[in-house]
Amino acid sequence: MAGLRSTVQALTAKRWFRLPRQPMLRHLSFAAVAAVALYFLTQWLSAFNDYEVGQIGFYAIALAGLTLLTGINGQISLGHGGFMAVGGFTYALLVEHTTWSLVPELLVAVGVSAVVGAVIGIPATRLRGPYLAGMTLMVALGLPYITNQYNSIFGGDQGLNTPPPTGPASVNPTEWLTWIQLLGALIVLVLLGNLVRSRFGRSFRAVRDDEIAASLTGIHVARTKVIAFMVSAGCAGLAGAFLALSAGGVNSAEFPLALSIYILAGVVLGGTGSLMGVWWGAIIIVYLPTQWSQSLASDFHANALVSANLAVIIFGLVLIVTMLVAPGGIQGGLRWLAAKGAAYLSSGGVSNMTLSLQEPTDRPVSDGESVRTTTK
Amino acid sequence: MQFFLDITLGGIATGMIVSAVALGLVLIFRATNVVNFAQGAMSMITTYIAYDVLRRGADYWLAFVVALAVGLVFGAITQSVLIRPVQGKSPLNAIIVTFGFLIFLEGLAGAIYGSTARNYPAPFSLSGQKLGGTQIAFSPFDLFVVVAVLVLMGLMLVVFRGTDLGLRMRAVAFAPEAARLLGVRVRPLLTLGWALAVAAGAMAALLVVPTSSLTPNFMDVILIYGFTAAVVGGLDSPVGALIGGLVTGLSLAYVGGYLGGSLEPMAALALVIVSLMVRPEGIFARPAARRV
Amino acid sequence: MRRFSLRSARSRTRILATGAIACAIAGTMALGVSGLAGAASAATPGVTATSITLGATEPLTGVADSYNDIAPAIAAVFAAVNANGGVNGRQIKFTYLDDQYTPSITATMTHELVLQDNIFADVASLGTPTQLEVQSYLNTQKVPQLFVLSGCNCWSSSKYPYTSGYQPPYTVDGKVLGSYTAKNFAGEKIGYFTQDDEFGFDTIKGLNMEIKSSAVVSKQTYVASTAAYVAGLNSQVAALQAAGAKVVVMAAIPVFVNLFATTAATLGYTPQLVIDGVAADPSAIGPSAVLSTPAPAGQALLNGAITDGYGAFENQTSNPWVQVATKLLTKYDPQVATKGITGDELVGFNLGYTVVQALKDAGKNLTRQGLLNAIAADGSKFINSGFVPYSYSSSVHFGYEGEQLYKMSTSATPITLPSGTYLGVTPIGPVYYTSPGAGPVKVWHGAPDAVPASLKKIA
Repeated sequence: MAGLRSTVQALTAKRWFRLPRQPMLRHLSFAAVAAVALYFLTQWLSAFNDYEVGQIGFYAIALAGLTLLTGINGQISLGHGGFMAVGGFTYALLVEHTTWSLVPELLVAVGVSAVVGAVIGIPATRLRGPYLAGMTLMVALGLPYITNQYNSIFGGDQGLNTPPPTGPASVNPTEWLTWIQLLGALIVLVLLGNLVRSRFGRSFRAVRDDEIAASLTGIHVARTKVIAFMVSAGCAGLAGAFLALSAGGVNSAEFPLALSIYILAGVVLGGTGSLMGVWWGAIIIVYLPTQWSQSLASDFHANALVSANLAVIIFGLVLIVTMLVAPGGIQGGLRWLAAKGAAYLSSGGVSNMTLSLQEPTDRPVSDGESVRTTTK
Repeated sequence: MQFFLDITLGGIATGMIVSAVALGLVLIFRATNVVNFAQGAMSMITTYIAYDVLRRGADYWLAFVVALAVGLVFGAITQSVLIRPVQGKSPLNAIIVTFGFLIFLEGLAGAIYGSTARNYPAPFSLSGQKLGGTQIAFSPFDLFVVVAVLVLMGLMLVVFRGTDLGLRMRAVAFAPEAARLLGVRVRPLLTLGWALAVAAGAMAALLVVPTSSLTPNFMDVILIYGFTAAVVGGLDSPVGALIGGLVTGLSLAYVGGYLGGSLEPMAALALVIVSLMVRPEGIFARPAARRV
Repeated sequence: MRRFSLRSARSRTRILATGAIACAIAGTMALGVSGLAGAASAATPGVTATSITLGATEPLTGVADSYNDIAPAIAAVFAAVNANGGVNGRQIKFTYLDDQYTPSITATMTHELVLQDNIFADVASLGTPTQLEVQSYLNTQKVPQLFVLSGCNCWSSSKYPYTSGYQPPYTVDGKVLGSYTAKNFAGEKIGYFTQDDEFGFDTIKGLNMEIKSSAVVSKQTYVASTAAYVAGLNSQVAALQAAGAKVVVMAAIPVFVNLFATTAATLGYTPQLVIDGVAADPSAIGPSAVLSTPAPAGQALLNGAITDGYGAFENQTSNPWVQVATKLLTKYDPQVATKGITGDELVGFNLGYTVVQALKDAGKNLTRQGLLNAIAADGSKFINSGFVPYSYSSSVHFGYEGEQLYKMSTSATPITLPSGTYLGVTPIGPVYYTSPGAGPVKVWHGAPDAVPASLKKIA
């Protein structure tokens, strides 16, 4: 044990083992390592598993947007599926009516979703807590009706087609799409990571913690809130466009209320406010309603009814239990574990195992562990 | 003219049902300062239990009483187990917990009962009555709904404004520390608030279900309409819930009748957005002060 | 800016998290991997020397779960065929997955069937929005999407040559019902009550081809959603009543037919109902069709309603196809053994037998294109329990294009099922057939196919 401890201490003292200081470089190097690892992963896996890894990628994008809005800026949104629908349909309309290539189409989808985010965000600045939750919920419910009203544009039941992009001939199309989705996820996470560390991120958190105090320090509260909505909606829009590519088409039935619920649950489970935590949420969203439900149900010899509802039951329990017991989500749990481990490794051994659950003082203002908003 | 009358009566009937649901939401909010997103789902569960009782041969009113009793107990247990830990904290926590409870209950009901629609009877006839030769679109059941909602609202007004208990409940909801200092027992009153509110919700669901059908999700949308009504009228005002419900029901009826049935769901959305923009607290609420 | 060190909680959490996530993904993959990224087989996917793999996505649970008995009936037919030597020496493997009638789940499940289960063809999958979701994917991947259980006009399209339908398209329904209505209720005021989507639009297309627009006094629609159900149909029914419509033609799903009937009872409105076959099965309509005393609100309206169907109802026990289906399914389908046969299971039986004939006709050298060619060339000759032959050809990818009209009536033999006893139906008039295009509605004079001896033998 002492040997392990001293080895780790020696390693971390070495310069080359440390990551760069600036946030952007640090994030980029993380992303580069992740990109390489994911490349090898997709090579190793079969086509269907690649397909699902791609889904994890774009759900991570949507979760990142929501965790920024709810965890870091403190505005709850129960209707993020609606913004995904905006992105998905915008992308599909562009595919249908223009000959642009993939990247401009995705960027426009992001832009349009961000604009819709502003449209919702501006009135939302006047609302708090349950009123905001209720309004966003109704937005999620209402958007499908808009697409149903204008059948000729949105394709009605049939929806619009979004064939997956063709890559080089030597690459399997499913794999190509997966790489695009994962690359998009890494780019978004790097950008959001920098945003959170920047002046904007600080003003988001300031507005979350105490609006009055924030405005007294010169932060324009309403503008900050709308920007948060726009960024978050833009992320959801990109995720929606990727969802359209994954499914091969868009129609309004692809964005039901359940989607918004799963995204919220994913954010809470991963750790509200934690950008790294979005991967946990995304994994659960992709696997729980499909493989895990089926194998859990067959393990317990449950009937078809139970297996179909298992995902929803578990998501509900996840939301409740996480909020009651571990508001920091999985990332919060890992933080606690890591703190315990490091304390053990870096100082005396057994005698220092009594580590309190208090975070070490060198951490900055809360990353979103306990979300507070002013009431009334 | 007949058409207008028929639609108006239909709108009033729908509106009263929506008010019933809104009253449950208002009751919890006034008594505990939490919006219970799981209100609809909890009353769906009480309705399924009442359905089981009916199936064993009991008569309608026994099942009615059972539903209310189960609602009382269910509400009390939910508050003490799920809500108490998040009671004083950020509203976000309570919203997420109640939302999680909503989908948990719907999943549970789906797993146990499946989504096959079941028929729940009404205590009175559902057919419109003849009034002096013309048929009007108002049935004995609709009358029962109106009476039940008015009685519930009256009870709430009397309790909250006229009794000592009501005063203590309001104090506990909105100024728990001060109330505690004055010797009010906070916890039991919060639990009582939830018990009463879920019982009210159970009754509201029984008013909804005869014209709908019993499925795990049947209260979803009525909850949205109830939330609309509560927002329009004011989340802390029983009278507001009634007026809000009527406004919602009539809007849906007129939009459906004159603009087309497919536009009805959008009408509710528009109503909420307009109401939240123009007067977020609702027509009848007192504007809230913000503490620095 | 903080130096990276193990003292920083965020840094160490990051490392731990990255490692954990990588392990989690890898672990889940390992659990779920059924074969690494190997080269795709050069031979036809889903076909080996001894087996053919077919797949489907069905609403086993969820809002459309009343249709979840079709796939087990199809599987039962395959089991009977397998027990008697299979098709051209190959056993049929049929995998059907639950998509909960949700298109995004359909997309994932269909990808799983194609990429992981390597199906030869997707057959008898159910639902309009669900199958539209995967139509372009399946065609791009050149996987046959056959016998889709939906009445959308979209399954016969030159843009999607790998897709074909099975049941009559909605426009055919509209034309048949429209022609009957125009003839038998000439001079009466007519109202429409339709669902606000392709189902409604396509049916109206057909109705308009047969019913004079001057006769239609009101066109009401509804959205198939819980919100609309709760808001009620009061406005729509009142509008039809105010316009004086004596006949109401409905393209609606069972729960909304029910709601219409009870709402009309409240308003004292008693039009003649003409209901599209989608809601035809009285047990699907449910509460208002239950025979009990006192009669439920709305039953008076359903009694005498006209509807259509393209195959026998389950109460026609003297029909030879109903008999052979009951015999085979009782042996091979546990649900039928315990609960008796339903209309859906009759559909499944017929469809399963059609699939078997198609596979057989495609020959021992089985390829996807070969299967499509076989259906195009010989599909119209496949033996089936319907009233008209299939319309499959090189240019038409619809199955049935003809129907029998029925009247729901308390004087017909009731339909007895485990869930209750329902209003029965009696056939009225001849069998009509037409195409979804502009042709006239004609009378079909042929008789239904006889049950072949080979089928009776394996039942």
